[in-house]
Amino acid sequence: MYELNTYLFVAAILFSLGVFGVMTRRNGIAILMGVELILNAANINFVAFSRFGGMNLDGHIFALLVIVLAAAEAAVALAIIINIYNNMNTINVDEASAMKE
Amino acid sequence: MDNIFINYSLFILFLPLAAFVIQIFFGKRLPRQGDWVSVGAIFITLILSIAMFVAMLLDYNPAFKQEASFTWLDMGAFSIQLGFLVDNITVIMLLVVALISTCTHVFSLKYLEGDIRYSRYFAYLGLFTFSMNGIVLANNLISMYMSWELVGVSSYLLIGHWFEKDSAANAAKKAFLTNRVGDIGFFIGIMLIYTAIGSFAFGDIFEGVAAGTLSGTTLTLAGVGLFLGAMAKSSQFPLHIWLPDAMEGPTPVSALMHAATMVAAGVYLAVRLFPLFTPEALLVVAYVGGFTALFAATIAITQNDIKKVLAYSTVSQLGYMILAVGTGVYTAAFFHLLTHAMFKANLFYGSGSVIHSMHHALHEKHDHETDAQDMRNMGGFKDKMPITYWSMLVSTLAIAGVPLFSGFLSKDAILAGTLSFAQHHPEHFLLPVFGFGAAAITAFYMFRMMFMTFHGEPQMPELTDDIHESPKEMTGPLVLLGTLSVAIWYTLPHFNPISTHGSWFNTLVLPMDAVVPGNLSAYAIEEGAHHAHNLAMGISIGAAALGIGLAVLMYLKKVLSAETWGKRAGFMYDWSLNKYYFDENYDKYLYQPTIRLAKKIAWIDWELYDKYFINGFGHVTAWASRVTGKFDYDVIDQILVDGTGRITEIIGSRLKKIQTGKLQNYLLYVTAGVIVLMIIQSF
Repeated sequence: MYELNTYLFVAAILFSLGVFGVMTRRNGIAILMGVELILNAANINFVAFSRFGGMNLDGHIFALLVIVLAAAEAAVALAIIINIYNNMNTINVDEASAMKE
Repeated sequence: MDNIFINYSLFILFLPLAAFVIQIFFGKRLPRQGDWVSVGAIFITLILSIAMFVAMLLDYNPAFKQEASFTWLDMGAFSIQLGFLVDNITVIMLLVVALISTCTHVFSLKYLEGDIRYSRYFAYLGLFTFSMNGIVLANNLISMYMSWELVGVSSYLLIGHWFEKDSAANAAKKAFLTNRVGDIGFFIGIMLIYTAIGSFAFGDIFEGVAAGTLSGTTLTLAGVGLFLGAMAKSSQFPLHIWLPDAMEGPTPVSALMHAATMVAAGVYLAVRLFPLFTPEALLVVAYVGGFTALFAATIAITQNDIKKVLAYSTVSQLGYMILAVGTGVYTAAFFHLLTHAMFKANLFYGSGSVIHSMHHALHEKHDHETDAQDMRNMGGFKDKMPITYWSMLVSTLAIAGVPLFSGFLSKDAILAGTLSFAQHHPEHFLLPVFGFGAAAITAFYMFRMMFMTFHGEPQMPELTDDIHESPKEMTGPLVLLGTLSVAIWYTLPHFNPISTHGSWFNTLVLPMDAVVPGNLSAYAIEEGAHHAHNLAMGISIGAAALGIGLAVLMYLKKVLSAETWGKRAGFMYDWSLNKYYFDENYDKYLYQPTIRLAKKIAWIDWELYDKYFINGFGHVTAWASRVTGKFDYDVIDQILVDGTGRITEIIGSRLKKIQTGKLQNYLLYVTAGVIVLMIIQSF
């Protein structure tokens, strides 16, 4: 009952939600959460293709790598957001436009 | 051992140059303004020259000759060899130059004491000595010409030493420019010779002429060209005008210039190149020399400036030397150059000593108006300046041609040669007349100078107490050169006061045969001169006695009144006093027309050429540039350059609207793009 397409379908939904979140949210943390969704959609794809494509554990290992990367990315991004908040008293990305013309 | 003389002579040549370089760059910073550098260098030069001279006497070889040359310029088939030649004539001449130059250096120590350009003066003396030695040592026309020009430059610098005085600056300019006239002739001569023979070296030239490569009119012209150079340097008529003016330089320089260097250069050139003069060229030489001898002597009679008298006497004596070259007895010319160098330098130092003393005395009296060189202000210095008097007297006896003194021997040799020439060519009887006439006049004006300066009543008695003998540095050279003006030195190893027969000079300096085919051989000339010797000696003693006697009567005993005779001579007296109006006539007929011509040409140049041609070019260019400027601004700048800018600006301002700076917008564009791509893909 569990076929590759099922996983891909779930992953596609997750990815679309992630992109939608990144595009529509104004809150910096919400955008970060969208990015996490996109990364995890990719993880599902890695694992699914690995499982059904007969490629041993390559995909799993890559998924672990992405999780580590996501953790690092979250740490850096949150640090940036904290700094923006400290300086501008907001985390609304539209208002962080000091470098705009 | 081979070329040891050449090595010595290189030291002699370059030591004064080294002194010049040191003096010109560091002179002012050295203690005593570095005069010891120059004096030391010239002393070493003198010692080396004496060593060479002694070596020459020990060797006693008339054919002695050393030559060395090197390639100076090499351009394919064309190459120029420079080199040095040392023979007996060179050695004697080097000694004369070194001796007079040393005396000048020593004399100048006191004479120029406290001068504002003291170190510079000594530097130029070094340069002068170097240049003269360069002429003496040259074995080819090119290096001789270079040194020739250097002599011109250094004489210019030294005559103009006190250039704050207009007269000194002008005299320097005059000397330089007059010499340029001769230099052009010299250069033409060199080029004529090179074109025909293809070498500058004396030896090659003589061989070429002997072989007939260069002959006839061309050779005569070349000879006259070279002689023109000698005329200017040795101040022969009509290029004599610079020399009397050159008296504006310091007196020791006059001595150096008129005795050993500069004027001697011309005679030296004529002596060196004697073998290639054709009979026609020699005739020109003889007449120029003879005429100059008499002509300058007649001017010297009436001059009142002590240095002017000596200057014209130099011109006259140089005329003698040139006359001797012209009549073929060129070794006699060189002999006279040697003896003349001693007594004329001595006379100049003597006059320098007198002038120095006069200056001093006038200074004590705070008199800055009286001319310290005018003999009419002197008189009665005999007891005040005994050393100066006696040494000058010896030299005066020598120049007047009195037996027992050096001048007698050399003058006698010249006059004998001239007389013999006239005996063989009776149509040229004027030459000995010039010679003997000049001899008598020379004796007269030299003793006139002596009597006016040293004898009689002091003309300015108030000065008498302040007239003193000059310091040792000045009397030393006087005594030395006075001693060398006695005949005995020149007749050794024989003690024959009236003949140089068998003397070291006659043994060591043998006349060379002329290489021009058809010229008399040296032996024939010698024989002729020998036969004429006794007659010439008789006449010359008579002429000298006549001149001296007249001078005694007029200026010592005052039996004859100089003034009455001057009036009786009428226009001749005026002509002589004003130097035959040479300067005035040159000014009127040569300089002024030249200046007028130059002004006319300048007018054409300015009014026509500049205004219409050059300025026209300017106008056309200005108009063209205005047109192109307008095109450049209106079309290129406004439309093309600014247009491109404006278009870019418009596009940019439109495009910048999609660049919102919001990351999410960009992401939207990316997503939309991906979706579009996927749709395209799926078809």
